[in-house]
Amino acid sequence: MDRVSLELGSGGRTMRDFIAQTVLPLLGNPRLRKLLDATHLPGGLAFTTDSYVVDPVFFPGGDIGSLAVNGTVNDLVVSGAVPRFISLALILEEGLEGASLEKILASVRRASRRAGVEVAAGDTKVVRRGQGDKVYINTSGIGRVIARPKPESSRPGDKVIVTGTLGEHSLAILLARGDFGLEANARSDCAPLTFLLPRWKRGTLWMRDITRGGLATILSELAGDLSHPVVIDEEAIPLSRAVRAASGLLGIDPLYLACEGRAVLLVREKDAGRTLAALRKHPLGRRAAVIGRVDRKVGRPGELILRTTAGGLRLLEPLTSELLPRIC
Amino acid sequence: MCLGIPVKVVEIDSAGETGKVDYLGTKVPTSFALLPSLEVGDWVIVHAGFAISRLDEAEARETLELLREIVEKSEEPGEPAGFP
Amino acid sequence: MDLLTHKKAIAALLAKVETLARGLPSPLRVMEVCGTHTMTVHRHGLKPLLRKAGVEMISGPGCPVCITPDEFHEAAISLVTGRDDFVLATFGDMTRVPTRRGSLQAAVPASRSSVRVVYSPEESLSLARRGADKEVVFFGTGFETTIPSIALMARKARQAGLGNYSILAALWTIPPPLRAVLESGEVRLSGFLYPGHVSAIIGTAPYEFVAREFGLPGAIGGFEPADILLGIVSILEQIRDGEPKVANAYGRVVRPEGNPAARAVMDEVLEPADAHWRGLGMIPGSGLRLKPEFADFDAVRKYGLDLASAGKDLPGCRCGEILRGVIAPPDCQLFGRACAPDFPRGPCMVSFEGACFVHFKYRDVTHG
Repeated sequence: MDRVSLELGSGGRTMRDFIAQTVLPLLGNPRLRKLLDATHLPGGLAFTTDSYVVDPVFFPGGDIGSLAVNGTVNDLVVSGAVPRFISLALILEEGLEGASLEKILASVRRASRRAGVEVAAGDTKVVRRGQGDKVYINTSGIGRVIARPKPESSRPGDKVIVTGTLGEHSLAILLARGDFGLEANARSDCAPLTFLLPRWKRGTLWMRDITRGGLATILSELAGDLSHPVVIDEEAIPLSRAVRAASGLLGIDPLYLACEGRAVLLVREKDAGRTLAALRKHPLGRRAAVIGRVDRKVGRPGELILRTTAGGLRLLEPLTSELLPRIC
Repeated sequence: MCLGIPVKVVEIDSAGETGKVDYLGTKVPTSFALLPSLEVGDWVIVHAGFAISRLDEAEARETLELLREIVEKSEEPGEPAGFP
Repeated sequence: MDLLTHKKAIAALLAKVETLARGLPSPLRVMEVCGTHTMTVHRHGLKPLLRKAGVEMISGPGCPVCITPDEFHEAAISLVTGRDDFVLATFGDMTRVPTRRGSLQAAVPASRSSVRVVYSPEESLSLARRGADKEVVFFGTGFETTIPSIALMARKARQAGLGNYSILAALWTIPPPLRAVLESGEVRLSGFLYPGHVSAIIGTAPYEFVAREFGLPGAIGGFEPADILLGIVSILEQIRDGEPKVANAYGRVVRPEGNPAARAVMDEVLEPADAHWRGLGMIPGSGLRLKPEFADFDAVRKYGLDLASAGKDLPGCRCGEILRGVIAPPDCQLFGRACAPDFPRGPCMVSFEGACFVHFKYRDVTHG
């Protein structure tokens, strides 16, 4: 690699290659090689880290502070751990308004309380004006493991459930940037997924938060690990009017849009109905829906397949090129 | 590039050159320079920020009628089964 | 209008296609010449359904980014790398087309000029107005759907006397390549599905030579699944009745006369030019260029760009044959192996409407 390009941070192939060809050979150990969002450590702990460089820093429904807490909390939840503590490292640009910083910290406090975590360690650095875009945040999180995801034990008939509408966060960022002059009624879905923790003991085999790359990318990865294909129904995917509108107007596919407070679950067939009912009772799960299943009749193992609204079938691929820069 | 979905004109500036269109409640600025004499309430097709054609409601109704006929005919007994 | 995407309507239309196709000589091969048609057919999984009903869909030279030869991209790269004060405004996929000099996107980090992805050509004009210290070039490509808006930008720039704005545009017109494809005799076709939004601009008359001189049926189609199927039904009915014509199956958007106001802008600003198409070679009068009175806004003349034909595609790339409809993407050795959206070998795999990209991204479950 000659020079770092923007694509390296996109979550796509360039980043995957970088990790496989540069990072792992130098730093790899059995735990890191698993490349999970949160690693399970000896002693029943789970550990994760994430950095946040979202631009702009404030957007409808949240800001970099709430994002930094919820993103890390959610990585722990979907790995099977109860989030307990987070660290908060701030990199501030000289000249950032004090009022903005206070607003962000207030956001961090609110989000931490809501998610039930304590900020247990922190750090503050300042870089010269022009050398950092207002504020970057890194949070690391520690949780208590209560379950181990077992996608490999899924069987045909097991259901794929999403907890709500897709793409709200991406749309909120688009709106906050003023791109395309769009005027829409939309807020980021940034929220903690801690309400999903009880599902681990009730038939959930696997879950992931639907971040960068969107539903299609995340489910592609799941499908790659299963012994039967996954089929999802385009018609069943919950979308808000605003996301439908933006997708139509801008030609974006909502299956690749990022969320910051939505998850997709793989649930045992016999527990799917109850899971759906439980999710829908929660304010963050009102639009939860069964969108697909592990299938035996269509396609080949490893494949993620979409049944289109027109009744056709096609393969769904992971995201190949960046749709929106710096959304998380 | 945009597919070109039908959207509704909701705002036109005094010169008639620019304005806004609405799709499912979301609005976006659009140029009407290629479609003179538009009115608020008209439905248009927009491509890359420019309205390029006005929707003809009579034709739209005809298309829907045609589709309905085709669906009804396919459901009559004796007709070959459609695709699953 | 939900009926246009409704499963019942699609199923009924497919049944009608199948009934019509059964009574006609096979193979039945319909060429579409619009990247958005390529995308819609694949995105909804219509291609395998149509194949099953007896109709094979073929992609023709309908993707403007794909048919723009390398010399344009290389000219854009030389603009960005040669100077520090350039802002190149363009549509997203243009930045990733691989050439012998790499892609525009790869050239950017090493240069102090910048590339801005825009959604509308209008944004490029705003950039020029806002940043008088920068030279703004709108790098675009398009068929008649996009051409009027690009022409409008040149007109507006001239009216405003914008000295820091110009256009590097590869402008293509649809009817000439249809003739080129038919005259080459390379592909046996049963009919054409004409592009819906290009037709909204040019109307129905420009296609009449296809029916009159070549006896080939055709229909203008819209972009919902039912629109495409209605177009195909019309083509099959024309074959059945032995009456090739230019049918308008997208009447709610396309007027027979097209959009005269849009064409007036084009006539004012542009004149026909011979153009060199990737895959099809030189087609006389198939392109458009800025008239002499707009020379100040033509980046080619303003910066003395050399657009002499670079010649061949990158080794192994069969984009040219794909654009002519001679082969389909899976027939190319590189497809999905050495050439994929993350590491494209040619523009057909880069453009969001390119046949190879569309085939890859919307692969059908039967893997055909």
